Amino acid sequence: MKDLHQITVTVNGREHELTVESRRTLADMLRHDLGYTGTHLGCEHGICGACTVIMDGAPVRACLVFGVQADGTQIRTVEGLAHGDELSDLQQAFSDEHALQCGFCTPGFLMLAEAYLAETAQDGETAELTAEQARELVASNLCRCTGYQGIIEAVRSTARSRHRR
Amino acid sequence: MTVIGTRLARQEDPRLLRGRGRFGDDISARGQSWARIVRSPSARGRIRAVEAGEAVGVPGVTAVVTARDLPAGLVIPVRLAVAGTELSDFLQPILAADAVRYVGEPVAVVLGEDPYACEDAAELVGIDIEDEPAILDARAPQATVAAELSRDYGDTDAAFARAAHVVETELAIGRHSGVPLEPRCLLAVPGQGPGQDGLDIYGMTKVPVWNRDLLAGLLGLDEALIHVHAIDAGGGFGVRGEFYPEDFLIPWLALTTGRPVKWAEDRAEHLMAVNHSRQQYHRLAAAFDAGGRILALRADIIQDNGAYCRTHGVVVPELTAAMLPGPYRVPAYRGRVRVVLTSKTPCGTYRAPGRFEGTAAREHLLDVAATRIGLDPVELRMRKLLIASELPHQRPMTTLGTDMILDTGDYPALLKAALAEADRLGYRTAAAGAPEGRRRGLGLAMFVEKSGLGPQETADVTVSRSGMVHVCSGGTSLGQGIETVMAQITADALGVDPGAVRVTLGDTAAQPFGAGSWASRSTVVGGSAVHQAATAVRARAIQLAARVLEAAEEDLDVAGGSVSVRGDPAVQLSLGDVAAAAAPASRYLEPGEPAGLSARHRFEVSHMTYPYGAHIAVVEVDTGTGQVRVLRYLVAYEVGRAINPMMVEGQLRGGVAQGIGGSLFEEFSYDEDGQPQAVTFIEYRLPTAAEVPPVDVLLSQDAPSPGNPLGVMGAGEGGISAVGGAVANAVRVALGLAGGVGQLPLTPARVQALTKAGGDR
Repeated sequence: MKDLHQITVTVNGREHELTVESRRTLADMLRHDLGYTGTHLGCEHGICGACTVIMDGAPVRACLVFGVQADGTQIRTVEGLAHGDELSDLQQAFSDEHALQCGFCTPGFLMLAEAYLAETAQDGETAELTAEQARELVASNLCRCTGYQGIIEAVRSTARSRHRR
Repeated sequence: MTVIGTRLARQEDPRLLRGRGRFGDDISARGQSWARIVRSPSARGRIRAVEAGEAVGVPGVTAVVTARDLPAGLVIPVRLAVAGTELSDFLQPILAADAVRYVGEPVAVVLGEDPYACEDAAELVGIDIEDEPAILDARAPQATVAAELSRDYGDTDAAFARAAHVVETELAIGRHSGVPLEPRCLLAVPGQGPGQDGLDIYGMTKVPVWNRDLLAGLLGLDEALIHVHAIDAGGGFGVRGEFYPEDFLIPWLALTTGRPVKWAEDRAEHLMAVNHSRQQYHRLAAAFDAGGRILALRADIIQDNGAYCRTHGVVVPELTAAMLPGPYRVPAYRGRVRVVLTSKTPCGTYRAPGRFEGTAAREHLLDVAATRIGLDPVELRMRKLLIASELPHQRPMTTLGTDMILDTGDYPALLKAALAEADRLGYRTAAAGAPEGRRRGLGLAMFVEKSGLGPQETADVTVSRSGMVHVCSGGTSLGQGIETVMAQITADALGVDPGAVRVTLGDTAAQPFGAGSWASRSTVVGGSAVHQAATAVRARAIQLAARVLEAAEEDLDVAGGSVSVRGDPAVQLSLGDVAAAAAPASRYLEPGEPAGLSARHRFEVSHMTYPYGAHIAVVEVDTGTGQVRVLRYLVAYEVGRAINPMMVEGQLRGGVAQGIGGSLFEEFSYDEDGQPQAVTFIEYRLPTAAEVPPVDVLLSQDAPSPGNPLGVMGAGEGGISAVGGAVANAVRVALGLAGGVGQLPLTPARVQALTKAGGDR
């Protein structure tokens, strides 16, 4: 017998009701049950960070969270970043700084950086991210294509422009 | 103004940034079942029995398939044969029948309704194996030698006999590989096409037409009934898209069961199933005259190929041997290669195959030689680099079935420019000032790459009536930005805005004559085909517009998406209107002329083009922990002509990061029973942002390639080729070693041992 749970979860502002098996990961639930395939699985053991989503404001590895744990939470995925046809400032900065090649790890880096930038803005910390701070943040996830420099620059330039606003 | 050479934003970016890419596991088919591969837990042994009864009983599981269920005798052939080698005894079966030869070898497949259930059931498949001792050292006498080959010219023995100095070094390169971030995935959908006997396949990249044709042969199906669809790929680096056992199994299961079948591997599978690479032992000897000029070079190379010869056959060690003399004047050369089978995951190519290995071995030898002879390493290299007037330089050898002709360039000038740039950026100062307990060193490595392997690539360019331009190229997208490159090439040749160009890559129905993306060939060969097809469309547009405008063809020009009369820009016709004038039944078409504003062109080339460069690294060694940090890194690279400099720099930077991984961190290690010890990202250590420094790039466009209409050379591999050499040389300097470092990757334990040994190797 499968151990099934009825849950309610809000993804990018849209409420979903669904039934999940207790062992189903949040990543599989988002991708295969709800169709948010922008969240990618690179290792399924919490190292690469490609599956990073924002859960109630905090970045989480969706491969290390069970879907049932998302019951009642607000989830934000990469599909929720752009404003209609317009890329978010962070997404645009990734393109400008050539921070992606194959793009598989990109959603994870975007959600990691988005959560960090939102948190630091909320804490009133300076958003003038130093190169070292940005490098430490970006070292949370793995990218196999870019060598990371573009990602670091994109996060820093977004931090700078948000700070000025 | 041409769009070639501009730092155009990538066409791929918006969809990938929005999470709208279509990667393998993003695509599903209605009614699909899932497959899970059951893999050998043993490194070497005889299969006594495969017990599937318990697995079949798991709810949701529909079948367990073993070798006995498959057509008998199927093996995966070699795609890139090297003349004089015969590998048919060493090819990999689809599923192991009687014997297993590495941990991770496919033995059975579980099919079911749900991937979780399939994974549960796979663990219940009992594989009874009579273990035999694993063979883990390619230098061991009992290991099978699959092939031996040589690449020679000149009289090396005579040169060594009269040498003033003979210097010998050994360098072992660790086993590592491409490890793209997206695991492999395949979806096969049967019942397609007008006869409902065709197959749609998603997830075959790199060489989709070759894979389609091979699959058609194995399945006994007409190749045009198989449609490989182009989708996004999360990195390739040589390993993704070769024909693996799964590439037969998933389509065969779909045909056999009459249902779509989907398979997505996990990371542990990837690390023990996908091509390994790089593990080679190099013993080099160089003969020098009294002035430090090289007289001859000898290389003995042993490749640890793993358990089977896969699609690449023996091209990696062949390339190592053939490319080993590099950018230098080497009057006599003898390269010997032994390809050895061991109880490990089989090997294939990984970005800069053979060049990462050979460049490291040669450049390390040169630094050791400089110490022995008492010359500065730069001076030693300057005396031996081929100079501009010596190019083109024919090496009396072949590689990848082509004659080796180093086509163009100025190697000493690039080395000087690289050193000047490093000085300007303060590399020498950085290398001089180590804090307490640390030592620093600056290392240099020079290299020649190869790119643009033929024999052909085909492109179709078609203008729609809206003025949009559709390009179908046989290159494939592995994440390198090739869509944007092709759009820029098309925009330049045709006279349109790159935003009006849509590029389809690697779809076997749209481009059935494609040769794929590998060997840094897409821009060089594929781009040249697109350039020529777009140029032909431009000529055709002028021909048709001349009829419509009643003007002379020589008075017409194409720019900004319109054909206009020179000197009278008010008289013009959009390319969309020209396309309309080429529609069937148009009065502007002459009898018998084909309709449409379109052209197909095949670009053929028999020689490769050889880009080159220099890498300079500054490292810091913690003599206590043995940890090596790369502080500064410079790549100077001649690319002939950069279609998009931003993307060339991106390729180089990404290559450096991977090279640092292979030089310091990444290694597929095994225990004494042949159990792989690196099957997660905990043990297989990809570099993070904390290990990769900002990479300085000096991009040179001084030597356009004479072998193609764009003047381009490949950019995909020059970032990684010389990292092993530069890092090994820098660590050697930091530790003050008299000899070489002996082995890569330079893990903390090995660096500690070298520090203790005090450079006595």
